[in-house]
Order: sequence, then structure tokens, then C-alpha cells
Amino acid sequence: MDARLLKKIELIVSAQHVHSSTASLLAYSYDATPNFQSLPDVVVAPSNVQEVQSLVLLCAQEGIPIVPRGSGTNLAAGTTPTSGGLVMLFHRMNNILELDEENLTIRVQPGVITEQIHKIVEDSGLFYPPDPSSMKISTIGGNVSENSGGLRGLKYGVTKNYVLGLEVVLANGDIMRTGGKLAKDVAGYDVTSLFVGAEGTLGIVTEILLKLIPLPETKQTMVAIFPSLEEAGSAVSAIISEKITPVTLEFMDNGTIRAVEAHAKIGLPVDAEALLLLEQDGAAGQVQRDMKLMADVCKHFGAVSVQLAQNEVEAEQLRLARRTALSALARLRPTTILEDATVPRSEIASMVREIQRIAQKYNVLISTFGHAGDGNLHPTCLTDVRNVEEMHRVEAAFEEIFEVAIGLGGTITGEHGVGEMKAPYLEWKIGAPGIQVMKSIKTAFDPQNMMNPGKIFAKETKKRVVLAHG
Amino acid sequence: MVNSQNLMQKAFIEHVNEEKILDCMRCGFCLPACPTYLHSENNEVHSPRGRIAIMKAVRDGIIEWDSSTEESIDLCLGCRACEPACPAGVDYGHLLEQTRAAVQSVKSLPLKEKISRKVAFDHLFKNQSTMVGATKLVRAYQASGLQKVVRKIGFMELFPPMLKDMEKAMPVVPKLMKRSLSKTVEKPVKHIAFFTGCLMDTMFRETNDHTIQLLEKLGCKIVIPDTQVCCGALHGHSGELEKAKWNARRNIDAFDYLEVDFIVNNAGGCGAFLAEYGHLLAEDRDYANKAKDFDAKIIDISSLLVKLGIKETLKEVAYEKGDLVTYQDSCHLRNVNRVVNEPREILTMIPGTHYIELPTAGLCCGSAGVYNLLNQEMSLRILDDKMIDVKETNASIIITTNPGCLLQMRTGIHRAGMDEHVRAEHIVDYLFEVLR
Repeated sequence: MDARLLKKIELIVSAQHVHSSTASLLAYSYDATPNFQSLPDVVVAPSNVQEVQSLVLLCAQEGIPIVPRGSGTNLAAGTTPTSGGLVMLFHRMNNILELDEENLTIRVQPGVITEQIHKIVEDSGLFYPPDPSSMKISTIGGNVSENSGGLRGLKYGVTKNYVLGLEVVLANGDIMRTGGKLAKDVAGYDVTSLFVGAEGTLGIVTEILLKLIPLPETKQTMVAIFPSLEEAGSAVSAIISEKITPVTLEFMDNGTIRAVEAHAKIGLPVDAEALLLLEQDGAAGQVQRDMKLMADVCKHFGAVSVQLAQNEVEAEQLRLARRTALSALARLRPTTILEDATVPRSEIASMVREIQRIAQKYNVLISTFGHAGDGNLHPTCLTDVRNVEEMHRVEAAFEEIFEVAIGLGGTITGEHGVGEMKAPYLEWKIGAPGIQVMKSIKTAFDPQNMMNPGKIFAKETKKRVVLAHG
Repeated sequence: MVNSQNLMQKAFIEHVNEEKILDCMRCGFCLPACPTYLHSENNEVHSPRGRIAIMKAVRDGIIEWDSSTEESIDLCLGCRACEPACPAGVDYGHLLEQTRAAVQSVKSLPLKEKISRKVAFDHLFKNQSTMVGATKLVRAYQASGLQKVVRKIGFMELFPPMLKDMEKAMPVVPKLMKRSLSKTVEKPVKHIAFFTGCLMDTMFRETNDHTIQLLEKLGCKIVIPDTQVCCGALHGHSGELEKAKWNARRNIDAFDYLEVDFIVNNAGGCGAFLAEYGHLLAEDRDYANKAKDFDAKIIDISSLLVKLGIKETLKEVAYEKGDLVTYQDSCHLRNVNRVVNEPREILTMIPGTHYIELPTAGLCCGSAGVYNLLNQEMSLRILDDKMIDVKETNASIIITTNPGCLLQMRTGIHRAGMDEHVRAEHIVDYLFEVLR
């Protein structure tokens, strides 16, 4: 970045928080998405909304793209500065502003680490359920912009179900406040929701008002082991149709179990074909009843073993093990590419079967884990980016997985976002009219296309693979 | 310039293992475990993920090596807390060593560092007898009463703040006498060889003597090969791998043919490096297998004491001082040897002593070999925050398992003005006090 512009930025944010060294540009050139890397021109950490506003105005004037970034755990290249520009950091805007125990809300700045919110509200007997696997690292601003999910999504929903209001700096420099501490509010369009999951393409979130609920009384955790993927899948669908809504209903296949055990060393059954992690919370009697029912269903559908965690330490080890699944799989091959295909819950067994078939067809190594109860699977391909021929097969396999998921009434991404990685496939899910509507929204908020450009909308949609079913 | 960049990229290609780099999938799970990330306002440049990305980019020729990339690598403590945190099993510690070796092979070092390297590595740590000579000087200086005078007239003002505080934290070095081992351990339960460590055997000589007495009390027969040298950790961590290998071979020779059950050490930093000789000498035809056998026998003092049943012994002691003790992990003992529970188990077994966990015990104290001398600002930032955490525990004794940590803790206690209520002790010395 030229000295004149740098000087202008340093008039807004003090120089020590404006980074343009080789190391800084490189360190903010990526997120957790494989194969995406691009150097920004400058990295800036504002300390308040006024500084954000001034930076936006300057960037608008100079035509500099802005990429807001939390902790860079994005899995769809949403925070990779693929068009260069200014990477905006929020670690200086990391205050808890207000915990309101009368209205059950918490007001926070975007740079707060997600887990810190959990700790603070739980100390007051309250509960913020969304718990993405990266919650020890990720920021709440990132969670809001990606509408992150987590292990508790089945019963409690995802980030969007807890965002009551926002403060946003728009592309024209206006500071807009949406929503409030309200149980009901139908004053006009639901603009709050529009910003949740917008991946930083509509404006910059500078403050967040979250809904809290009372902390459940008790919680129990259980592991069920299955001799096949299909049986585990069928048990998942059966639990849902039994009208039980557990907090957590997670799935891991054999490859994942082995990789996770290699890291966590907590005695997972490395010979099991599939494993379900089940949790229920609430009043003690209800929890016990649900756990027993779920255990019965699992056994009925072929589980060879169903075991309750003996204490919270054991339960937390199991949850932690599940959260590390993706990274643990990276042990197997140099490159780890994961997807986020999601289908209606009733189709989970079919989807698992289809993923196996596709892996065989293209001769690629795919391990699958995920939020089975949400129909949200993470088929993860272990490959080597240096092998061009193999990478082509990987791409073809994923395209077919998308196609199959959509065919089953599903979507290309359940919780990771479109980012740049899945942009070429968005139209497959939402169609041409969907793209048209979303583009109009984008243009209305950001006519200059300076807010995280290149994300969500692709220059070109991928040609759809034609599938010959059955 | 172009030429030196080519050289640097070449050096990276030669020294830094691409497969190991590719093990990092950039999930960021290491970030909350990294002390320099946490103490630099979550700056990605000072995180393990950022450093690996820099290694890769320099190796691939995407960026050029400059002062900013150098700062990133230099500021790494090498505490390896990112390794247990990494689900993908990235071998960060060795990537860091390889990177430092690559840089070392190309760069002419700044004078200050060169001099301190010269003194420390080529001279002091290479040969135990020089170390002995150096500490004799320190002792003479302390004994002559000069120490007090020097402190008063502020001679140390000339030195950076860290050295000043460290000087105050230095123990009074005992007069070095020829060590006598008990000859009459009847029917020993275990045969133990003692790796004495250079800092431990000079500045902390008393701790070593206590180690021997404790082990003999628990029925061990001890041998101390006198041809052992420095473990080589300081050389290895600074990229001087050839020198580290030299030391490793000497030590393997020194302990070879001894018929012992374990080779014990009481310095976490040394213990971790000793336990990785197999890795260090993997390519050495003559020593690779010997190194593996050597590694298999390495054990830290806490683990050995637990094996020898010290927890049972402690149950019966009449030590009723009511101490409130806490424990600061030695990073390498925790993150490399993965010894976490043993020191804590021992401390909780002492009747009349109350153990309180230091919430940030697993985070480096900023000592990190010679880091506190080379990167004072970051080291002090980390140390001072550590002392705030210590204060909150209300503990009156901080137990450590490594001389560097021990000196650093004492420095920190002094800086925080807590000298009157808090002291730091090596676990061996505290146990010795308890069992006396």
C-alpha cells in the first residue's frame, strides 16, 4: 500500500494498530480454508465504531475492499482477502458491554471470543447455546456473520436464533441500529436477520445484542457404537421420529474415530464403523427418560454398545473429541477439504450411503462426521493439493455430493457459509431468481461492491453435473 | 538482495520439512494455547499458525525473509504448548528448530547476539568444567560481600532490566565440593543414572544434592557418569543443530553400557531434549539406535518419585506448616514429555500442605532458555501477567521443575514486590524440606 494511503489510515487508527509488514500481510492472507490464500494491502485494528466508520468512508473514497476478520477460523474462504484491500480486525473491540438479567440479554462487541460469552452467562445461571467447534478461538462477530451452528443446534438452533439486535456500519458510512431487547418486533423488514450470515458482504457489525435462556438443570452424555454407518443413520432418524429432541446427536465414522483417538487418546472404539454422541439436558427426570429412550432406539437399530458418560469430565472429553474431528483428520493426508452438505433429517441414512458410493466412484478418501441430528454432515476429503489429477477427482466427488444433497431436498452448506469456496455452487441451491434477489440486496447495501467482494457471488456458476440416478 | 533471498529460500527448502508444514491445516486450534499470541493482542504474526504460514511462504518463495518475518520466528518462546493443542499433530517444535537452523545457515548474526552466543554456547554450556569455573566466579562475587555493594551502587543499572532482576534472583551458589554418593544402598530397588544438567549442577547444586539424597532414601543406587555434558537444548533451539548433535553423542556415550533402569533429570528443559535425541540423531547411522535406547530410559524426577512410591512415603510425614503451594509447569516437561499430573499428585499428597492450581500453569512463564535475555519485552509482559495470576491464588510457594522457570519465578516475585510473602522452590528442594 502506498505511503499516502497508509498515512491517511494512520490518521484514523494509531500507527501501532496499522500493520503492513511482510509478516503481517502474510499472516492475514488466509483463514482455515485449504487452497485459498491472498495477501491484503493493509491490516487495521480499529478500537471503536467511529474509527470503523472513518475507515469505511476512506475505503469508499479510495476504492479499497474491506474484509472483516475475527480469528480466521472460516471454512469457506469468507475471510480470505482474495481481492486484497484492508483486513479489519476486532481484537480491540472485545468488551462485554452489558449483561441484562432482567431481559435475559447480553450486549457485546464483535471481538469477544465465543467461549468467553458462555462462561460469563453461565456464571449467572444463563445459557447462550450456539457452540461452534471453534468456540475457544472464534469471535462472536465471526459467528454472527457466518450464522455459525454447533453441537447443540438440534435442540437450540443456531446463532441467528439468538441475535436480537445489531449495530452496523454501512458501506455509505451510516451507523445503523437494528432490533432491541424485545420478545416481539415487527417494525418493518427483519434487517437484523439479513446481517446474520451475510459474511461481511453487507456492512460491518460493530455491536451485537444476544438473547439468553435459563441454564438447563442437568445434562447427560452417551456414546452408542454401531457396526455400520447405515444403522447409525437409521437410529438418528428413528430418534427424531420418536419425538425426542436431544441437545446433541453427533455422528463419526471409523476414519474420524481413529483420527480423533490418535489425538485425544480417551479410549474411543477404533474398530467401530460408526459412533453416535448423544446428549440431553433439562429437568433430571426428563433427561433420564429421554436418555433411556434413545438408548433403546440405538439398541433396536443395531448398536452393539450404549454407554453413559460417568461424569462431566468424561462428557467434556467426548465433546472436545468431537470438536477436534476436522483438524484431527488432517493427520491422514497433506490436504484436508471438508464440506458441509445438509439434508432433511429423515434422509441422513441415504446421504451417508451416497457419500460412501461417491467416494468409491471417484476413488477418493472421504471420512464423514457431523451433526447427524441436524442432517448436517461434514464429509471430509483427505487428499494432496500437489496431486493435480487427484484434486480433479476430489472436485468431481464434491460436486456430486452437492448434487445428491440438493436432490434429497438439502443444501450446499448448513453452517459454514458460502464464502468464496462455495460461491460457484450457490445457484444450484437457490436458482437464478434466488441469485437475482440476493444480488439486488447486495447492491442496495453496497453499490460499490467494497464489502468483502468476491464472496457469496461467483463470477461464474459451475456447470451442473448431470446425474443418472439409480 | 535478490541473491540473499535466493539463498534463504534454498536454505528453507533444504532444512524445513515440507510434509511437516503441510500437516498444518490452519484450523487455529493452537491460537488460545500460544503465550505470544495471547500477549500480543491476538496477533496472528505471533501465533503458531502464523509462523508456520511464514515458514511455508518463505519456502515457497511467496514472500521474502525480512526483519518482520525474523521477529515472528524470534519471538516464539519454543514452549511447544501448541503441540498438545493441535488435533492434526503438527510437529511444531521441530519445524521451529529447522527454521532457525535454516536462518542460522544464511544470516550473519547481529553482534550482540553473536557475542552472547559465543560466550554461552561455544564456551559455557559446551563444557561443564567451564560452567563450574563461571559459577565459582559468581560465588566468589557473592561471598566477598561485593554482591551487596554492587546492588547498592547500581552497577546493574547498566544492564537491561531483566538481567538486573535476575541478578537479585540468583541463588547463593554453594561452594562446590566433590560429591559423595552413599556406597551402602542395600538391595537397591532401582538403579538410576543421574543426568545432572549444567545449570542444575552449578547454580542449583544443592537441588542436585537433594535429588540424590531423596532417591537414596527411597532405595535407589545412583551413578553419575562424569563424562556427561550439557544436553544441547540451548544449541538445538537456536538452530545450532550440529552443536546439539555433538553434545547428544557425547551424552549417549557417557551413559552407554550403564546397567540402569532409568536416566533421571530434574530440569524439564533438559529432560525434553534428552528424550528427543532419537529424533535429533535419526539420520546418524552410528547413533540412531543408541539414541532410541537412551530416550527410552529418560525420566523426570517427579515421575520417578511417583514410581518409587513417594506418595505413600508422604502420607506418613509430620510436616504441619500449612503451606499454600501452587505449581508452574515446565513447558517442555508438560508439552514434550507430557508430564502433567505427577508433580501435582505429589504436592496434593503432602499432609498439612494445601495445593492450589495456578489457572495459567500450563502457559509459559517467559523464561524459555535464553529467551528472557534475547526478548526481554515479551518475556516481562508474560512474566508480570503470570505474577498477577500467582497473586490471585494467595499461594506462598511456587513449585517448579526446571531451573530456568525457577529463576524466572524468583525474578517475577521480586518484580511484583512479593518477596516477603512468596518464594519459589524446585519440587525436589520442597520435598526435601518436607521429608527432613
